[in-house]
Amino acid sequence: MLLEGWGRFPRHESEMLVASAPGELAALLHDRHGMIARGNGRAYGDAAIGSRISVSAKRLNRMKAFDPATGVLTAEAGLLLSEILDAFVPRGFFPPVVPGTKHVTLGGMIASDVHGKNHHRDGGFGALLQSLKLVLPSGETHHCSPDENTELFHATIGGMGLTGIITEASIKLRPIETAFITQKTTVAPDLAAALAALDAADNVTYSVAWIDCLAGGGSLGRSLVYAGEHASRSEMEAARHGDMLAVSRPARLSVPLDLPGWTLNRASVLAFNELYFRKGARNGDAAALVHYNPYFFPLDGVDRWNRIYGRRGFLQHQCVVPPDNAHAVLSEILERFARSGRASFLAVLKKLGQGQGMMSFPMPGYTLALDVHVRDDIFTLLNEIDEVVTRAGGRLYLAKDARQSRATFRAGYPALAQFQDLRRHIGVEGQIASKLSERLAI
Amino acid sequence: MSTAQQTLLLIGATSDIGHATAQAFAGAGWNVLLTARNTETAQRNRDDIAARSGSEVSLLHLDILDTSGFATFLDGLPVLPDAVVCVVGELGDQQQAQGDIDHASKVIRTNFEGPALLLGMIAERFAQRGSGTIVGVSSVAGDRGRGSNYVYGAAKAGFSAFLSGLRNRLSPGGINVITVKPGFVRTRMTEGMKLPPLLTAEPGEVGAAILGAVQGRKRDVLYVRKLWRPVMMAVRAIPEPIFKKMRL
Ligand SMILES: Cc1cc2nc3c(=O)[nH]c(=O)nc-3n(C[C@H](O)[C@H](O)[C@H](O)COP(=O)(O)OP(=O)(O)OC[C@H]3O[C@@H](n4cnc5c(N)ncnc54)[C@H](O)[C@@H]3O)c2cc1C
Ligand SMILES: NC(=O)c1ccc[n+]([C@@H]2O[C@H](COP(=O)([O-])OP(=O)(O)OC[C@H]3O[C@@H](n4cnc5c(N)ncnc54)[C@H](OP(=O)(O)O)[C@@H]3O)[C@@H](O)[C@H]2O)c1
Repeated sequence: MLLEGWGRFPRHESEMLVASAPGELAALLHDRHGMIARGNGRAYGDAAIGSRISVSAKRLNRMKAFDPATGVLTAEAGLLLSEILDAFVPRGFFPPVVPGTKHVTLGGMIASDVHGKNHHRDGGFGALLQSLKLVLPSGETHHCSPDENTELFHATIGGMGLTGIITEASIKLRPIETAFITQKTTVAPDLAAALAALDAADNVTYSVAWIDCLAGGGSLGRSLVYAGEHASRSEMEAARHGDMLAVSRPARLSVPLDLPGWTLNRASVLAFNELYFRKGARNGDAAALVHYNPYFFPLDGVDRWNRIYGRRGFLQHQCVVPPDNAHAVLSEILERFARSGRASFLAVLKKLGQGQGMMSFPMPGYTLALDVHVRDDIFTLLNEIDEVVTRAGGRLYLAKDARQSRATFRAGYPALAQFQDLRRHIGVEGQIASKLSERLAI
Repeated sequence: MSTAQQTLLLIGATSDIGHATAQAFAGAGWNVLLTARNTETAQRNRDDIAARSGSEVSLLHLDILDTSGFATFLDGLPVLPDAVVCVVGELGDQQQAQGDIDHASKVIRTNFEGPALLLGMIAERFAQRGSGTIVGVSSVAGDRGRGSNYVYGAAKAGFSAFLSGLRNRLSPGGINVITVKPGFVRTRMTEGMKLPPLLTAEPGEVGAAILGAVQGRKRDVLYVRKLWRPVMMAVRAIPEPIFKKMRL
């Protein structure tokens, strides 16, 4: 069948195998080549498209055990984050790290070592992972944890599915008193102010900046910087909110059709940014209580919003650059996007700490993510921006990538050779392969 | 919550619809007793429900074709449940059933004889206590026999008639009997079939609808997707001389 990622670019033919129980996997994988695990397909590019076969983990969605005393949840790898939230927020627990959408699987979060708005403080998904079970095409199962099969554990975290199929994992949930976040908004008139505001929030659990990426000149990088903490019961009582552990609400709006590509032309993007900025500016600095859904998953409010970019799809460019010289590097990137008039309204700036996995994306520094339409002329622009990133010692996020060059990739991921050795050593080279791993010669 | 101590008996724990139903009840605070003919496979679902809800969930062995074992099974239950939901069924293979009497018999016994006899015995115990809700998962296929699945359909028709009779007899005594006709549901049973989206429910929708019907919104016959009611009304209204010429 024809498979695509969240960005709908590229599309590739791939056979699809569905595992309906963990015990079936060994037989399903037997004697096959060019396979990759697929979770919920939220990676933007070609990471979850098998070079020949994609193995869906979506029906491996059972929880196995939960211990309320320790908060440790053991579950199959196809379990959705949304299901974890639905079951455990009412019981007073929250996942330690969440990405910007809850429609992702446990296996997908491990394989991308996803970062949340608390990466600067708590690390990524891998940092809080207790253990995992990995099935290889040979049928062998490996238990991996910080004390068992350590190297395989660290290669699987952020390994983009290229070490085998994760069937099960244990994560430690954190206790929460309410389902709300106390959010403080800082208006940052330019990039320097935005970086300073993120630095000032180093000890705050959650922080993120939304950049108006069409603002140029002296306002380049003007942002709203959101800092957040899980709200306590007393904060909620003070604000007189009702149900303190209310579960998530489903998406109401939905984008049912492919809208034509012109929906996001320069004018509409400009208007959106202007509106967003003013609205935020009015609420600047006042603390607000926000439900976890709009706080962490603002885009999940619109079902299948990836269709508003039209049939050709879109790309997300997400890079991370080291802290030294970050201001100059990020300014250059933003300026290039602004000059091109191709940038989206979605520009997110976050601070990252150390990554956990061998091939994890995070490294100490700042990460910037922007969406762009797929157009014939976009690739040259992105290649130029990649050069800026590489020169600065940065790298691109594989979970978002659909087009970076092998050179950019190699420069950004110095552990590649070690990762390849490990793949050879466990005998998965060739058997486990995605369109991404072929494209980048992993 | 008034439902805090209630117990559900779910017959058919390995079914996707059954799992979703047990999940919905456990999520609403019910204790759950599950049964399956293959308890090893069902353990995975048991653990899932227990981990998500924190409720008591136990798993018992029961083969719906082993009718002579029903009395012992029921006597061995830790409590007489407040509600029972039976989702056991088998679509079977119509073509095979036409020539293979053993297969036809198995389809009929799995969809009709076993579930009806078991729910009938539970109904007696509920009647004695004076309370209880009985839910049987039947099918719209039982509303009119069609060439493509009439062995299954006839068994479901028998089951629906049994439930209707039980309801007729026991509703004055405070026993609720609910017939569920889920329409198409995306499960293992329908895997690989092309199903019309508007008429096709997810297992979770069926589970939530059954919980809703048991807890309050009293229903006799439950069609999960509303559109099925008029559709089946129309199917039933077609005169037989025309119906027999249609290829359905
Ligand atoms: C709106 C949106 C916001 C996002 N925000 C963030 C964010 O804030 N931070 C962040 O880090 N990411 C973010 N992402 C990216 C997303 O979290 C990752 O791409 C994640 O891996 C997707 O999970 P999935 O289950 O959909 O996996 P898929 O997209 O199906 O697969 C992603 C990768 O995981 C591998 N994989 C999946 N399941 C398994 C398994 N069982 N065993 C082995 N490998 C497996 C695949 O092979 C593939 O390489 C966002 C994505 C979207 C669409
Ligand atoms: N899916 C649909 O579109 C649809 C539509 C209308 C009605 N229904 C009805 O809904 C019910 C559930 O179906 P489903 O879709 O969830 O399919 P399913 O997964 O195939 O469920 C059938 C269940 O019946 C069990 N079963 C079969 N024979 C048994 C026996 N001898 N003893 C004990 N258990 C037995 C199966 O157990 P094993 O796992 O051990 O085989 C399984 O749990 C069925 O009654 C079906 O007829 C389904």
